[in-house]
Amino acid sequence: MTLLSVEKLGIDFGGLRAVDEVDFTVPAGQIVSVIGPNGAGKTTLFNMISGIYRPARGRVMLDGRDVTGTPTHRLARMGLSRTFQNLQVFLQMTVLENVMAGRHLSEGVHVATDLLGLGASRRRNRASRAEAMRLLERVGLDRGAHREASSLSYGGLKRLEIARALATEPRLLLLDEPAAGCNAVETEEVDRLIAEIAASGIAVLLVEHDMKLVMKISGHIVVMDHGRKISEGKPEDVVQDPKVIEAYLGTDAGRRETVAAD
Amino acid sequence: MSEFLQFFFSGITVGAVYALVALGFIIIYNSSGVVNFAQGEFVMLGGMSTVFIHALGAPLFAAALAAILITAAVGVALNKLAIEPARGASVVALIIITIGASIFLRGVAQIVFDKKIHRFPSFSGDAPFEIGGATILPQSLWIIGGALAVFFALYLFFTRTLTGKAVLATANNKLAARLVGINTNFVMTLSFALSAAIGALAGVLVTPVTLTSYDVGIALALKGFAAAILGGMGSPFGALVGGLLVGLIEAMTAGYISSEYKEAVAFLVILVVLFVMPHGIFGRTKLDRV
Amino acid sequence: MARLSPRAATLIALAAIALLAPLLFPSSFYYRIGALIFINGLSVIGLVILVGFAGQVSLGHAGFAGIGAYTCALAPVHVGLHPALAMVLGAAISAVVAWLVGRPILRLSGHFLAVATLGFGILVYMVLNNESWLTGGPDGIAVADIGLRDLLRDYDIKVTASQLWYWLGAAALLVGAFLALNLQNSPTGRALRSLHDSEVAARTIGIDVARMKLTAFVVSAVYTSVAGSMLAMMNRFVTPDIAGFMHSVELLTMTVLGGAGAVFGGFVGASILTALPQLLTVFEEYENLLLGVIMMLVMIFLREGLVPSIARRLRRGGSK
Ligand SMILES: Nc1ncnc2c1ncn2[C@@H]1O[C@H](COP(=O)(O)OP(=O)(O)OP(=O)(O)O)[C@@H](O)[C@H]1O
Ligand SMILES: [Mg+2]
Repeated sequence: MTLLSVEKLGIDFGGLRAVDEVDFTVPAGQIVSVIGPNGAGKTTLFNMISGIYRPARGRVMLDGRDVTGTPTHRLARMGLSRTFQNLQVFLQMTVLENVMAGRHLSEGVHVATDLLGLGASRRRNRASRAEAMRLLERVGLDRGAHREASSLSYGGLKRLEIARALATEPRLLLLDEPAAGCNAVETEEVDRLIAEIAASGIAVLLVEHDMKLVMKISGHIVVMDHGRKISEGKPEDVVQDPKVIEAYLGTDAGRRETVAAD
Repeated sequence: MSEFLQFFFSGITVGAVYALVALGFIIIYNSSGVVNFAQGEFVMLGGMSTVFIHALGAPLFAAALAAILITAAVGVALNKLAIEPARGASVVALIIITIGASIFLRGVAQIVFDKKIHRFPSFSGDAPFEIGGATILPQSLWIIGGALAVFFALYLFFTRTLTGKAVLATANNKLAARLVGINTNFVMTLSFALSAAIGALAGVLVTPVTLTSYDVGIALALKGFAAAILGGMGSPFGALVGGLLVGLIEAMTAGYISSEYKEAVAFLVILVVLFVMPHGIFGRTKLDRV
Repeated sequence: MARLSPRAATLIALAAIALLAPLLFPSSFYYRIGALIFINGLSVIGLVILVGFAGQVSLGHAGFAGIGAYTCALAPVHVGLHPALAMVLGAAISAVVAWLVGRPILRLSGHFLAVATLGFGILVYMVLNNESWLTGGPDGIAVADIGLRDLLRDYDIKVTASQLWYWLGAAALLVGAFLALNLQNSPTGRALRSLHDSEVAARTIGIDVARMKLTAFVVSAVYTSVAGSMLAMMNRFVTPDIAGFMHSVELLTMTVLGGAGAVFGGFVGASILTALPQLLTVFEEYENLLLGVIMMLVMIFLREGLVPSIARRLRRGGSK
């Protein structure tokens, strides 16, 4: 069943066609990866899907409903959450509070109750704390739960963002370079975490430069270059596509092939 | 008709002053991202220093020149002592720093000068010209002419000189400017000097008409602000148009609606512009990167 | 003994200060300064919610103090409402005005939000200044007595007006602090604090940013409105200056001076900036100059405000 589908999506920045005519779909519960060289437009694509930028062209469909231009917080309510390539952690909160903040949708907004500190307010806090602790365990951050978020390592912050996004109980999770800046061990953990997330029924749309990781866990890969989709398919098919080799898998490789063909 | 013309004259006269204040705002805003709430104090310093240096016996023009230089030095000091050390501070912190600077300068002025209202003579007498049944003071022509001259000089500076282009490049993209070898610190200092000097000149031009005292700065700053925001907080041209518009709307309000609420006009303009077109008449929308 | 939560610690510290400070007062004049500190502190706690929690700035909050104050002056005369009830009415009016004004304004951020709120504050000031038929204009207007001292006298309790307002101010401050401290670590408080750090991230976890900002704006407006009402009732008189730009600047400066992130920081900022001018009356000439210097120095060298900066230094010193 198709959860997300993107149709002829495009946006420009000044004269730059940052994304153009991009189509693909994400089936429920699957891992789809978007790869492409730096500046290909992957993050911009995520920003359009998650309602942060309004696309100039094309549509975003969630569950068959047109959600193009729907505000981000409404998309979150519909089950779409994400992480950021340039971290967007709440640095003045503790690790635990960051994830508890992610429980906003289930907590609801009850200003008077919260001002008065009534029992209901404390109960919602307790429920959020329990759920947040469970998620922190899942991403391996439970031991530093009460430390300032700013004290975490880069890899820790990346996982914290994942836990916070999971706290919204999404059906589709957009991860923008979750393994960037992680060492081999941390990458391994991220790898396992994403697989677990998908196994629990959450669809993952992943942007990642670590090819080993991408090849291992994705069911489907979309390749972008200069804002356009240049290829897509199963991991093993995509790596064989000459266009992909030329554009992405190192210009060196591409150049060598062209030279050899001469 | 002659009534309208009269309001029109007074509108573009004050409008020219607001345009100069707005210009000062955007020069600093473009180079440093700081909205300088002390901009009105530059105008006050220009007028008050001229008064007191003139009183010491210096000829008016020499006094005015000295006042402009002194104010420019104050601008540089503000940048070096308060803005540069606060690099990386939050917007709230920067707002408080420049408001603090404006209160400080006002405090200094009330001690160094005094708390009385002052003026000095108009540059070319007070005999009004009559045009189409309305009158205009010679000093008004000085104000309007002075403002236009400043805008023209600035236009030449930005388009014809290397330093001017460096300022524009810095405004556009600080990091890129630094990478191509522009000394962005110098550009910031220059912007503060320039902006202070322009403010002081406005003070010199307007004092014979509106008089001056240690506390005229706030009101002028706020009007200049309205003008800068109306003009899109970006281009000098926007500041000019914004200033003239605020001046005209204010004069027409005073003439046709209520002189009591003439002061409110600038703020209504601010609110309406920010509601309806948050990027001003000439501003561009920009997407924040994430 | 179990460690006190920061919430309890703050409340106990504030209560202790209010109870013990009078022991040190050389004269009853100091009750008045104390009352002013508490009432300003109440305003500032509202701004801590807006600035410190939600990360939004306002240079127009004095407008709400004006609304609160003038409602207390006018409602008893024109509607026959008791001044204390007028305070509640004023808070309601402020809330509605904040909601109406906040909706369009809070789309802005940073400097532009500051300027827009500034414009709002000045408009309130101008209305109070110009509509003399109603407000008495620049000369100000008298405020009816709340009659509490007479009531107390019937029970043989004699207090001066300053003493009465000292205790009323302390009570209001404690209630205000209690509410704000509850909010801080509640679901709503976390949502507000998330805006402070990253609006985009807040949106991706489902927070309606516009609505939360508006919530903070309205709540803080109510705080300032109540404080404005109390000032008017204490002074038995009010002028449009209560809504003036300088009052807004003072309130914002108090908020960040002590440290906007915490209720206690706000109280410290309010104490310093309220007490200084009163104690330094000999330096009246230099008041502006000193205020300006303090504002600049604190923001340059102690960006988070006095309380967090000092606490950090102590902690670092202690761990050595
Ligand atoms: N807000 C913006 N304003 C202007 N240009 C932008 C903006 N966001 C992205 N761009 C430009 O659009 C292009 C695509 O950028 P994007 O960040 O989407 O690439 P990416 O594929 O995520 O690259 P990377 O792998 O480095 O993260 C780049 O040329 C970038 O400079
Ligand atoms: Mg990217």
